[in-house]
Amino acid sequence: MPDYYQQLNADIRFKEGLRACINCGTCSAICPAGAFYNYDPKKIATIVQNRNEEALINLLKSDTIWYCGECMSCKTRCPRGNTPGLIIMALRQLSIESGLFVESEKGRQILALKRTIGSNILNYGYCVHVETVSPEMHPEQGPIWKWIRKHAEKVYNRLGGNYNKLGAGALRKISDEDLAELDSIFHITGAHSRFDKIESFSKKKASEMGYDTKQEAMDPYFLMVYRHDSGTHFKNKA
Amino acid sequence: MILEGKKRVWNEYQKEIADDKYFYARSCIRQNFFPGAEKTFLQIMRNELGKEVYDDPKHTTCTGIAYHTDIIPLETIMTVVARQFSLMSESGYENYVPSCITSFGIYTEILELWEHNPELEEKARDFLYKSTKREFKKPKNLAHASDVIFKFRNEIAQKAKHRLVNCNTGEPLRVIEHIGCHYARMFPHKGVGGAEYPYVLAGLAESFGGEVVDYPERRTCCGFGFRQYLVQANRGYSVACSKRKFESMAPFNPDVIITNCPGCPYFLDRWQYVISEMEGKIYGQNGHGIPVLTFEELAGLMMGYNPWDIGLQMHQISIEPLLDKIGIEYNMHNKYCDAEGNFMGKPEIPELVKFY
Repeated sequence: MPDYYQQLNADIRFKEGLRACINCGTCSAICPAGAFYNYDPKKIATIVQNRNEEALINLLKSDTIWYCGECMSCKTRCPRGNTPGLIIMALRQLSIESGLFVESEKGRQILALKRTIGSNILNYGYCVHVETVSPEMHPEQGPIWKWIRKHAEKVYNRLGGNYNKLGAGALRKISDEDLAELDSIFHITGAHSRFDKIESFSKKKASEMGYDTKQEAMDPYFLMVYRHDSGTHFKNKA
Repeated sequence: MILEGKKRVWNEYQKEIADDKYFYARSCIRQNFFPGAEKTFLQIMRNELGKEVYDDPKHTTCTGIAYHTDIIPLETIMTVVARQFSLMSESGYENYVPSCITSFGIYTEILELWEHNPELEEKARDFLYKSTKREFKKPKNLAHASDVIFKFRNEIAQKAKHRLVNCNTGEPLRVIEHIGCHYARMFPHKGVGGAEYPYVLAGLAESFGGEVVDYPERRTCCGFGFRQYLVQANRGYSVACSKRKFESMAPFNPDVIITNCPGCPYFLDRWQYVISEMEGKIYGQNGHGIPVLTFEELAGLMMGYNPWDIGLQMHQISIEPLLDKIGIEYNMHNKYCDAEGNFMGKPEIPELVKFY
């Protein structure tokens, strides 16, 4: 059985994030996630500080570690220089690398993030691109976004854009040579390997949950993790 | 806190901001949702202040959103950042200016990490060379684009055609300043005014004659939360955070919200529209929402630039009530025209919040 605590301790963000928590609860008071979800960053610090392997495994399998918004408000206020947000980042990495992320509803969402943000970086050179922010997946964008997308080239080019063309400017096309450098960095530094793990653990879980995994893109499973909320996560239940 | 005390705190958190010759890095979010803001920054820096700013076609995302959605390892983002620095070194620049606040936080964090853990810097150098055959020098100066505008705020204000003053009453406009979380929460000494009393936007608003509003949820996050917005199932978190801020600021009757992070103006704009559709609640005056501006858009408006050339037609919450208060003239037909003046048609009108 892997020693999860040892793996956690090897992460520089864990070392920087946890010095000596005195359980004062300042982070819990300032945390935006704590105001919305059943979430308390102080409890996270307590569990990892206690070095209880079983409690750590339960945490890695839980929804709890996915509630944080990584705003880092906790960093500013902690009187002991801890950063629960950094501890969370280390826990999430361990949950993904070990495959335990698929055991929770919020953890399974990693597939959606890999397929949207991850794909955008490799295809467009940026995390976000107008062409992939569809009104169907982003109804909150309102009618203005439909207008912008309909007239994208003209709108962006009026506003300093160089839409889908090589050369400087907003929304320019990133050259194949530059995209190849990004791809090579992703290969050498382990991002591609992490993407492969996310896909393979997700596929296995989709199969366990009865989804058809023969389709290459596993679309029904992707849409489920992207859209489904069980309603069990909130601090103030309706 | 009394004003004198705030000024003392601000004085303790001053930072060095380079004077000229900047390497500019565009933002994933800003170039999609506020491209005119990046255009305006370049226009003010180059044409109004005579500064040299390089906009390199070869740069890319810093991968900050991927890092904060936890899909890539630390090693990946460190190496992508190293590549950005390599492009800066290659083009002969030493002063790095990102458009994005998440990026500014990323660069700050990585430079600090390398300073305290030189073996990680070596690792990044090694990865970069293996993957691209590139080498790099670290920037001599790192400043967010809002730091640079703050540095030159008085020169900009002197050239400005307009002020943040109600043209009918002569009263200063009431300004909500919202600072992106990753500007100074992690490294307060790297932000103008620190994390608790940042002055980077307050100083800009004051230089244009505006009155900055203090309100209880002033330092609360807009609610981006990375995965909390980017996954549809989690968006309740995001809108709830913004709503908490709107409820807190509304009693102070703000005329405008100004921001330095690319994400915050997007959320503070779009969530006002969503809350109007979901709950019928509109926070601004007379059935309009509260207009939201980026710091570049604010500076451009004050300079007298055409609102539709700096991209204010891309906002869902109408900006016209603010233009009317300041006394800025605008052409409604031109709002929805392309660069050649051809009319493209109007967007649909939202059901509740008033829209021009």
